[in-house]
Amino acid sequence: MCSTCGCSDDAHVLLIDPTSEHRHESHQEHRHDHNHDHHHHDHDDHARDDNKRTIRLEHDLLAKNNLLAEGNRGWFAGREILALNLMSSPGAGKTTLLERTLRDLGAELEISVIEGDQETARDALRIRETGCKVVQINTGSGCHLDAQMISDAMRSLNPAPRSIMMIENVGNLVCPALFDLGEAAKVVIMSTTEGEDKPLKYPHMFRVCKLMILSKVDLLQHLQFDVDRCLEFARQVNPTLEILQVSAVTGDGLEGWYGWLRSLIAQRATAEL
Amino acid sequence: MHELAIMESVVDAVTERVGDVKVVRVLLEIGKLSGVVPDALRFCFDLATAETPLEGAALEIVEIPGRARCLQCLADVDLEDQIALCVCGSANLDFLSGQELRIREVEVSSNV
Repeated sequence: MCSTCGCSDDAHVLLIDPTSEHRHESHQEHRHDHNHDHHHHDHDDHARDDNKRTIRLEHDLLAKNNLLAEGNRGWFAGREILALNLMSSPGAGKTTLLERTLRDLGAELEISVIEGDQETARDALRIRETGCKVVQINTGSGCHLDAQMISDAMRSLNPAPRSIMMIENVGNLVCPALFDLGEAAKVVIMSTTEGEDKPLKYPHMFRVCKLMILSKVDLLQHLQFDVDRCLEFARQVNPTLEILQVSAVTGDGLEGWYGWLRSLIAQRATAEL
Repeated sequence: MHELAIMESVVDAVTERVGDVKVVRVLLEIGKLSGVVPDALRFCFDLATAETPLEGAALEIVEIPGRARCLQCLADVDLEDQIALCVCGSANLDFLSGQELRIREVEVSSNV
């Protein structure tokens, strides 16, 4: 799958290691690499009356990304790494939640981070301040991370066995929902400063996620946000969605999030037995 | 606008399969619950196929209706979109069809 989205052929994907500011362009193959040298002059035998013929393809358009994602999943499983794909609209508080999580759990759990943004290494620099291993992917004009980008980034990051890898996707509630990265679970973060009907407006995203984190609950006293209605909408789209309410600023509800992480680690340990 | 990435993967898959033979028609199956908008695919078709063997081809899209089984009452229900309820009121649905994103077939011209 071509990584570019809404883009032209000169859109570049950049991988940035904020510790060295080293950049390199991802070696993703592009469609123009697929031109074949051989010619197909030998099809006359199959020609129909009008020199046209139909070829059945039955080709799944996400197959290439899904195959790469399964490769990533195997890579994580072999190292017993728990990978999570964090998604939200821009500004919902993904990076702030990660910063707080890294500070609170840094002594207990080894966590590394892949940051996805269209431009800049600003988020990776924020994460690096917590002392954690981080790599930034700049997608250029692309609006989501795909499995090839994660494959490149995780090898560059080289996370420790039995650690957690947090993948912060590009801020976008539409496209990232479609692309499997090889993660163990998808998590959607929605903030109280957004409309409570977001789950109805972006059902695909809320349907594919295992967990929804309602963030910025410390602001509820200043807002007209109806929490019950929001949760009702979310469960209407995904009845099995787990939901947590947190504030990364005051710390409210964070124990629930940490407990959820620990439970996934425990499940992973059980699955190995 | 993931439709452009989807359409570029159509061009990838087709050229990988047929090489540089001129493609005159592409038939896609797009599920109504797939999260991909047919009109957006049509919009970026010319852009994605420019200077490829698919340039100038006709694009046909078959939309696959959404269908799900209610895990509460076990009835099969038709779905227009992903925000749907069974007639019994349950939202606990197992999607049976409507999430397809597939190239069904292409028509090529043998006059290279």
